[in-house]
Amino acid sequence: MRHTLAVLVENKPGVLARVSGLFSRRGYNIESLAVGMTENPEISRMTIVVEGDDRVLAQVTSQLSKLIDVISISDLPPSESVDRGLALLKVAADTDTRAEIMQIASIFRAKIIDIGAETLVIEVTGDKGKIGAIENMLGRFGIKEVVRTGRVALHRGTKTVGGEYR
Amino acid sequence: MTDTPISGAKALINCLKSEGVDTIFGYPGGVLLPLYDELYDSDINHILVRHEQAGAHAADGYARATGKVGVCLATSGPGATNLVTGIANAYMDSVPVVAITGQVPTPMIGNDAFQEADITGITLPITKHNYLVRDVEDLPWIVKEAFYIASTGRPGPVLIDLPKDITTDEFEFIYPGRTYLRGYHPDVGIDEDAVKRAASMILDSECPVIYAGGGVIISDSSSELLKLAETIQAPVTTTLLGIGAFPQSNPLSLRMLGMHGTKYANYAVQESDLLIAIGARFDDRVTGKVDAFAPHAKVIHIDIDPAEIGKNVRVDLPVIGDAKKILQSLNSNLQKMQSRSGAWLGKIDAWKKKHPLSYVQSDEVIKPQYVVQEIHRACPDAIIVTEVGQNQMWAAQYFQFENPRTFITSGGLGTMGYGFPAAIGAKVGCPDRTVIDIAGDGSFQMTSQELATVSKSDIKVIVAILNNSYLGMVRQWQELFFDERYSYTDISQSVDFVKLAEAYNLVGIRAEKPSEVPSAISEALSADRTVVIDFVVDPMENVFPMVPAGAAINEILEQGAVA
Ligand SMILES: Cc1ncc(C[n+]2csc(CCOP(=O)(O)OP(=O)(O)O)c2C)c(N)n1
Ligand SMILES: [Mg+2]
Repeated sequence: MRHTLAVLVENKPGVLARVSGLFSRRGYNIESLAVGMTENPEISRMTIVVEGDDRVLAQVTSQLSKLIDVISISDLPPSESVDRGLALLKVAADTDTRAEIMQIASIFRAKIIDIGAETLVIEVTGDKGKIGAIENMLGRFGIKEVVRTGRVALHRGTKTVGGEYR
Repeated sequence: MTDTPISGAKALINCLKSEGVDTIFGYPGGVLLPLYDELYDSDINHILVRHEQAGAHAADGYARATGKVGVCLATSGPGATNLVTGIANAYMDSVPVVAITGQVPTPMIGNDAFQEADITGITLPITKHNYLVRDVEDLPWIVKEAFYIASTGRPGPVLIDLPKDITTDEFEFIYPGRTYLRGYHPDVGIDEDAVKRAASMILDSECPVIYAGGGVIISDSSSELLKLAETIQAPVTTTLLGIGAFPQSNPLSLRMLGMHGTKYANYAVQESDLLIAIGARFDDRVTGKVDAFAPHAKVIHIDIDPAEIGKNVRVDLPVIGDAKKILQSLNSNLQKMQSRSGAWLGKIDAWKKKHPLSYVQSDEVIKPQYVVQEIHRACPDAIIVTEVGQNQMWAAQYFQFENPRTFITSGGLGTMGYGFPAAIGAKVGCPDRTVIDIAGDGSFQMTSQELATVSKSDIKVIVAILNNSYLGMVRQWQELFFDERYSYTDISQSVDFVKLAEAYNLVGIRAEKPSEVPSAISEALSADRTVVIDFVVDPMENVFPMVPAGAAINEILEQGAVA
C-alpha cells in the first residue's frame, strides 16, 4: 500500500539528512519527497510518499517520531486528501507535430512554457496518474527530458495537520 | 548567571556543573586548547584516557554504574572519529552519554581543514540526537537539551560538536532553567486501560513468563518487578542487559534466556501461554528463529519506545510508557490475585533440576567457569564488567547477580575492548565498590593501553583475564560449524600480561592451576592498585548451552553433544 505522510519538522540545517538517512538505514523506500517552509518560518513540512503495509507504516511513523526535530506526523488517506505533483517535459516538436502536441497538452490542462525550433516544454500538474498519462501520450513524439517534483498533499476540508504547533 | 561576558569555554564548564557533572573522560587536542585551559582551574575531575574510544566507554560505564549521564570529550578529526565505536555502543544499549567534540573554527568548516571531520554527519545514525554549535549564544540551551535528551525517555548518547571559535567567543551567559522541545515528549504517561487489560491477561494465563530487559534497570523498577513476579507467581528470565534486574537467588529466577541462556529459561518461554516483556526488545540473540519463538504465548510488551512494538515479533498488547509507573499500576491492579496453581512452577522446577548450568571441573587445568564462581565467592558485591566473547557469557552464567547496575556489558554492539575502560568509568562513578573486569585475552588487548590511565590516575580495578589463548568465541563457532578449522583465532604466546601490568607500575598475577585461583583473587582484592590477573584457562572450553544462530531457542546444543 502507498501512504502519504505529512511530516512537520524544525526548519533547521541537517533535518532533511536526518529524515532521509533514517529511511535508507532502516530499509524503507521513499517514493517521493517534497520539503518546504510552512506558514510558520520555524517549521518545514515534508510530504513523504512511502510504499509498505501497515506494519511498515507503523515502524516508519514511530521511528520518525523519535527524531527530535520531527514535530508531528500525519497519514493522509487518499479519500480524505488532495495531492499534486508537477512535471516539466521537454518534447521533440517540429512544425508537423507541434499542433497535435499542443492539443494533447490542452486536454490535460497542461501549459506550454517554452517553444524552440525543435522542442516544446510542457508544464503539467496533477496526481501521479495524470502525469503518467500525459507522458504516455507524448511518448511517441520523443520525450527528451523529464523533471518532476515530489508530491505535496493537504487534507480536504477544514482539517489541518499538527495544529497546535503551527 | 553573570553580567560580564565570558568565553564559550568557560560557559561550557558552567553548563556542565549546572548539570551536576563531576567527571569527564577526555583527551585534548588543538581545537580544545581553550577548553582545556578552563579545565585546568575547574574542580571537574578530568580523567585523561589514552585513547578516545576508551573515553567513550568509560563515560558509558560510569553512566551504567551510577545512572547519571556520562561525559566524554575528544578533539576534532581523529579524536572525534575515535569516539565512534563508543558512541555506537552506548546507542545500542540505550546509555545516557553526552559526547563533546572539538571542531575546526566555524569559517573553516567544509573546507577539509586540518583535522576536520564531519562528526555530526558520521554520528547521525548512532546518536539519539546531535548538535553543531554555530553561535556561542546557543551553547547554554544546547547543553541543557543534550543532557535532557540523553537522560530521559529511552536514554542514549547525544553529541555536541563545538567549533574552536565558539569556545573563545564571549557572551553574557545565562543557563536556562528548563527546556521545551516541540518534537520531544518523553513523558507519555500511561494508558490505564491497557494496564487493566494486561492484568486480566495475566489472570487468564496459566503459564506466564516475565521476560525482563535492560529497561527495567534503566527505569529503576527492580523492586516493582520483584513485586509483580511474587504477586502473580510468574518465573522471571532476563536478557543479558537485564541481568541484575531480578535477584538470581530468588526461586522464581530463570536466569538468562536466549543463545547462551539456561535450558530452563528457554523451555519456559517456549511453553508459556503468556510472555510479559518489560523493557526488552526481542533481539535475535534472545528469540533465535523468530517464527518459532514462544509459539503458544500471547505477548504483552511494556516499553517506553513505541518503535520497539512489533518490530521483531507480533505483540498482542503493547503498554507504552515508563516501566516503573506501569508496573506500579499493574501491581495495584493485581493485589488481590490468588496464587496460581502449582503445576507450572512445578514443571519449571523439574527443568531446573534436570538441566542446571554445568561444566566439567578439573584438578589439572583451570576451567573459566570456576574462575567466575570463585570471583563470586570472594566478592559477591562486586560490580562485574565484561569484555566480549566466551568470557562475557561465562560471567553472565556463573556469577550470581542480585542487584541492578552490578553487571555491565556490551550487549547490542558486542564491542571487544569495552570492558576495561567501562570498568574504569564504573569505578570512578562508584569509588567505594570493587570493580572487576572479567576479560578475554583478545578483548583486553584492544584497550589495554588504559593501564596507563589507571596507573597515572590511581584508579583501582581488577582485570581478570580468562586467558584461553584464543579468540575463543570465534574459535568455538569454528569448532562447531567450520570443521575445527581455526582460521586466525590462535592468539597464544603473544604477550606476557603479568609483565605488561608491571610495565605500567601495576600488579600482575598469574594463576596456572585450579588451586592457585582463590589466592590470586584474594591477593588482587587486597592490592592497593589495579591488578591484572592472567588466569591460564582451558583453551578448548566452550560455552554451553548454546542455541545455534537461526535455530529455535529450544533446539539447544550441550556439552559433548558435538564431536
Ligand atoms: C571489536 C570487535 N571485533 C571483533 C569482534 C568479533 N568477536 C566476537 S568474540 C571474539 C573473540 C573474543 O576473544 P577474547 O576476548 O579472547 O574472548 P574469549 O571469547 O576467548 O573469551 C571476536 C573476535 C567483536 N565482537 N568486537
Ligand atoms: Mg580468549
